[in-house]
Amino acid sequence: MYPIIALSFTGLLTLFLGLDNPKSKLILPGTVLFLLVGLASNFADWNAPGTYFNNMIEVNNPTIIVGAVILLSALFLVVLSAGQFEDENAHPAEYYALMQFSVVGALIMASFNNLLMLFLGLEILSIALYVLTGSDKRNLRGNEASLKYFLMGSFATGILLFGVAMIYGATGSFEIGAGASLAHAPLPSKVFFYVGIVFTLIGLLFKISGAPFHFWTADVYQGAPTIFTAFMATIVKTAVIFSLYRLLVTGFAYEYEFWVKIILVVIALSLVIGNITAVVQDNFKRILAFSSISQAGFMLMALTGISERTFANLAYYSSSYVLATISALGVLIVVSRNTLKDGRPNENIEVFNGLFKRNPDLAVVLFIAMLSLSGIPLTSGFWSKFFVFTDTIGKGYLWVLILAVVMSAISLYYYLKPVVAAFRSPEAEQPAAEVSALQKLVLYGTALLTVILGVVPGVFRALF
Amino acid sequence: MFEGSLENIPEIFRQIPLINIVQLATILFTIGVVGVLIRRNAIIILMSIELMLNAVNLLLIAFSAYNSDSHGQIFVFFIMAVAAAEVAVGLAIIVMIYRNIRTIDIGLFNKLRG
Repeated sequence: MYPIIALSFTGLLTLFLGLDNPKSKLILPGTVLFLLVGLASNFADWNAPGTYFNNMIEVNNPTIIVGAVILLSALFLVVLSAGQFEDENAHPAEYYALMQFSVVGALIMASFNNLLMLFLGLEILSIALYVLTGSDKRNLRGNEASLKYFLMGSFATGILLFGVAMIYGATGSFEIGAGASLAHAPLPSKVFFYVGIVFTLIGLLFKISGAPFHFWTADVYQGAPTIFTAFMATIVKTAVIFSLYRLLVTGFAYEYEFWVKIILVVIALSLVIGNITAVVQDNFKRILAFSSISQAGFMLMALTGISERTFANLAYYSSSYVLATISALGVLIVVSRNTLKDGRPNENIEVFNGLFKRNPDLAVVLFIAMLSLSGIPLTSGFWSKFFVFTDTIGKGYLWVLILAVVMSAISLYYYLKPVVAAFRSPEAEQPAAEVSALQKLVLYGTALLTVILGVVPGVFRALF
Repeated sequence: MFEGSLENIPEIFRQIPLINIVQLATILFTIGVVGVLIRRNAIIILMSIELMLNAVNLLLIAFSAYNSDSHGQIFVFFIMAVAAAEVAVGLAIIVMIYRNIRTIDIGLFNKLRG
């Protein structure tokens, strides 16, 4: 609860840091400091569960862990963003302030106890990101991505709200647990309730880019500045998957038989569409966009096996996914900064050609990230997939498991494409990419954590 | 404190069954959804999204009045405030695009392809 308040204030402070000099050197260290304050205040509630703001927000150890994952990924991304906003039209103070506001939205979504808070959190998260996606004002791709994200995002919000209104009509309350009184009611009196669940789910699945609501993902991920692509892929995904968890597992658990059918269809479509389409892409950000669609499918698998281990499995999966995505996109940010194609950073796979010769450390980080995303043993990706598979098989959905295993095998092909490019010998000599010490620290740190989580998964899972 | 009840609603509205208002809201919502899916002008899509939100507002106040519970009406205020913020951002994005390419027809946006 405290980081929500802290970051709302520090976001405003960040705006003032850029008041005199929009390119002030204080903005980046200030933002890092503010996020550290948020992270510290997050743990003030550890082992002190309770509800705040008139039962609107619930804080307990699981929500604190999710908050920590969100804040840490924001911290990593802010450090990686150093040197990104140096052109004359950039307004770094505004960007960092908006990033903090959208983190506030993500934190609200991870701990809501009332559908009003779900709506507000989603909008605080999204509206800031609509602006950030279009932050490169002269870039036509960025413009297009921003408009697509905005239109699809507000469309999804409208659908979500219709669902919320229907749930309110059926239960007479916005509390997520209010539907329990309907659990044994006859079907005709639950029509509104079922319509509400379907529409709320569709609204949230739009945001997590689960197929068939994924069509905006690739374009938006490709067009947005890379740092905000990483923001969308990590923080938005974590926030939305945990709000789905709160809604479905803690709120509507007694309607499991009903919503699990929708989730299963979305899992199957996400796995197939995400992985098959990614095979033919040659833009690294598009590959990661389709990979994020398929990863959404894997994350949703955790929700089908509703048990006391679901939260731990989901938290493990999203931490592992966040670490791997930050390393992969972090390497892209660093490597593509000085390469130009059509006046924009080159983000195709060929940018990694000969990376091992130039920056062996970055090539290894990329290699580990890609192995983790595809689920190879000794990386956290393997265990995270293993845990969600056990979840699904526990409920007897064998066909989903088989589909998921086949699709992970296919995913190996496109995840290894950039790695192969990195280890290929370069056609022309290129200068090594410059990496600042802090960025190195983040990239090494995420890669190291990925390996540590993969070798001794028990250490991390003992937290839950 | 904010107790609302059916007695405060004018007589003429009390005769309308709840299901009719739900149907009206659903029809408005569907028009909005269809508008988003088939129109090509960014402003019209924005208007269709607003129509969807207003259909939801209608639904919420209807449920609120017929359940004698004020929370739904409070929710409507939040939707209005957030929708205003959303439109401000959306129009800014549309203006930014119009400055660059002199059109807001989303059919002409084709820079992003695989």
